[in-house]
Amino acid sequence: MVLSGADIIVRTLIEQKCEVVFGYPGGQVINIYDSLYKYESEIKHVLSAHEQGAAHAADGYARATGKVGVVMATSGPGATNLVTGIATAFLDSIPMVAITGNVPSSLIGTDSFQELDITGVTLPITKHNFFVGSIEELADTIREAFRLAKSGRPGPVLVDVPKDIQIAKCEYTEKEPVCADKAESAKEIRIRDAAECINGASRPFIYFGGGLISADAQSEMLELAELIDAPIGCSMMGLSAIPTDHPRFLGMQGMHGHFASSMAMSRADLIIALGVRFNDRATGNREKFALGSKVIHIDVDGAELSKNFKDTHGLRGDLKKTLKALLPLIKKTERPDWQAEIDSLRVKENKDADKRDGMTPYSVMATLNSHLSENTPVATDVGQHQMWAAQYIKFRKNRKFISSGGLGTMGFGLGAAIGAQMGSGEHTVLVTGDGSFGMCLNELATAVTYNTPIVILLMNNGVLGMVRQWQTLFFNKHYSNTVLNRKTDFVKLAEAFGAKAEAVDSLESLDNALEKAFNYNGPYVIDCAVDKDELVLPMLPPGGSIKDIITKIKN
Amino acid sequence: MNRYTVAVLVKNQSGVLNRVTSMFRRRQFNISALTVSETESPDFSRITVLFDGEESKKEQLVDQLYKLPDVCSIKQLENENSINRELLLIKMQNTPDTRSDIHDAAEAFGAKTVDYTRDCVTLQLTGNSRKIDDFINLMRDYIIVEICRTGIVSLEKGSSTLRSELNI
Repeated sequence: MVLSGADIIVRTLIEQKCEVVFGYPGGQVINIYDSLYKYESEIKHVLSAHEQGAAHAADGYARATGKVGVVMATSGPGATNLVTGIATAFLDSIPMVAITGNVPSSLIGTDSFQELDITGVTLPITKHNFFVGSIEELADTIREAFRLAKSGRPGPVLVDVPKDIQIAKCEYTEKEPVCADKAESAKEIRIRDAAECINGASRPFIYFGGGLISADAQSEMLELAELIDAPIGCSMMGLSAIPTDHPRFLGMQGMHGHFASSMAMSRADLIIALGVRFNDRATGNREKFALGSKVIHIDVDGAELSKNFKDTHGLRGDLKKTLKALLPLIKKTERPDWQAEIDSLRVKENKDADKRDGMTPYSVMATLNSHLSENTPVATDVGQHQMWAAQYIKFRKNRKFISSGGLGTMGFGLGAAIGAQMGSGEHTVLVTGDGSFGMCLNELATAVTYNTPIVILLMNNGVLGMVRQWQTLFFNKHYSNTVLNRKTDFVKLAEAFGAKAEAVDSLESLDNALEKAFNYNGPYVIDCAVDKDELVLPMLPPGGSIKDIITKIKN
Repeated sequence: MNRYTVAVLVKNQSGVLNRVTSMFRRRQFNISALTVSETESPDFSRITVLFDGEESKKEQLVDQLYKLPDVCSIKQLENENSINRELLLIKMQNTPDTRSDIHDAAEAFGAKTVDYTRDCVTLQLTGNSRKIDDFINLMRDYIIVEICRTGIVSLEKGSSTLRSELNI
């Protein structure tokens, strides 16, 4: 059938099984919005307060569901407002398709009103992007964008469509949704070498990241851990892939990781790294990282092998297939000595655990934990609260931790929580701080409009806690611009948006508030007072190694 | 530091060169020469990159190139298995006392005189980058007015091609 470009865009999204588009209208996408109006029974559009919020929502949707998140914005400022959201998705390898309108082809390159070279701007933060030059290539370009977004190592893809192409008409034939190109298993010879290395190890440690979730290789990883009797740790992006209370799981390692996890990793003679990229926040000083150990690194993206850290065996391939091929070659081994060492690390970690009374970060998270179901997605913003959530929240199911790891985007949380809620259909939690929340709280309007059930736990300490923590520890307590001194009344503010809200200053009142919040069908802000001097511990100091780990601070 | 020649077959689309060079810039690869040319097929362009750096960095460059969807095929070309050529145009000041020295040097290198005026003489030289470098060094004894060189183009010896790596 002959359709306009705008209709083709929307029909192709529907054809690709896109159920919801997050976005914001504008002059150069008005035709597409007309098509969304026309096809509204088949595809839902969620109007955000700001394009950045829409991008984070598409990202949160993708993280919670594993599907491609779709965001739409107009040219110029609409498109640039997506940039932080696209970059966030790029750094965390989240599949996303961003569609932007642009000025008519005849005006491209003339600096016309709201014209912007968004394909140029997003070149380094997309897997790929397209400027659609003709109506004939429009549908296939969008299909290709979906294919690229979900193939191999996932990521965001942007399609920029000039307005005249949205208006032009062309024959459209519906096609099947595109399939992701599935990477092959790593080469057999590499797998054999890796197996030999694993069979010869005495203190193996499995270290996984977000790639394990993308590849859906949790059960193969756990099988490997059982076979070789290894402890397991993860990067922040790996959280929620396996249950927090899995007996082999030591938790997140790295700069603010669990003591036992980071220590076990440093004492291992073999690190088996799965879908993880040895980010500097995970390794600390790379010159001093894993000095005594061999490293087997398996990743679907060959460019990650030996990029940040020189591996002993680099295996490029699909994680699930590669592990499946590896498992039959692995000898079942028990390692009582290594396990005893791990146990003693756990004992030490427990001994140093925060057992203070009152509204400590730990007890706030513990109170939250008691209200979470196994299906509750927990989104965060970025900062101290994010690390407390990463350290203490107990996950039971995959894709429940929605957090900006690579880019560390303050302001990510609320949009992402909206997307995660809409994707999962579950009552969702946002753990945020007053700094991060202040950046993008305009999306409260969106959550109110759509009655999105989100419990917003605002850990309010009146400071930019993470930077302030560094100032406390490394800058002689020179609190330069980290003390907010704002007079914002978050309860009134939330109420002004039409949300429910209350402030709490004790664990009992927090518990009650959470009870009410989880029974309310809409956004519910809990303004939770936290002491400004609380620190995220343990901490590997910048440039430090595991030997420099700070577990306690004496005043 | 080593020098590597990497030949890259890319889709012949607008913006491809930008994608490739943007990646080089972003990841701080040290590129000493880069040429882009048409190929035997209108569907592809060929980019030849001269890269200076460690082996591991070169591997990273190749891996990062492979991630660009517009990149179809990549081959590292070794000196012994490939023909590498560059073209140099060099404009020398033409003075009575240097005229014959420049002429002798040009003859020794096989450089052609392509323009001759009272004030200047322009020479053209083809060869591998080393030969071009040597000739330019020699010319530094006289007064060089202007230099322009094409950057390297490179083909493998024998019948193998970049396209033969493709499943098309």
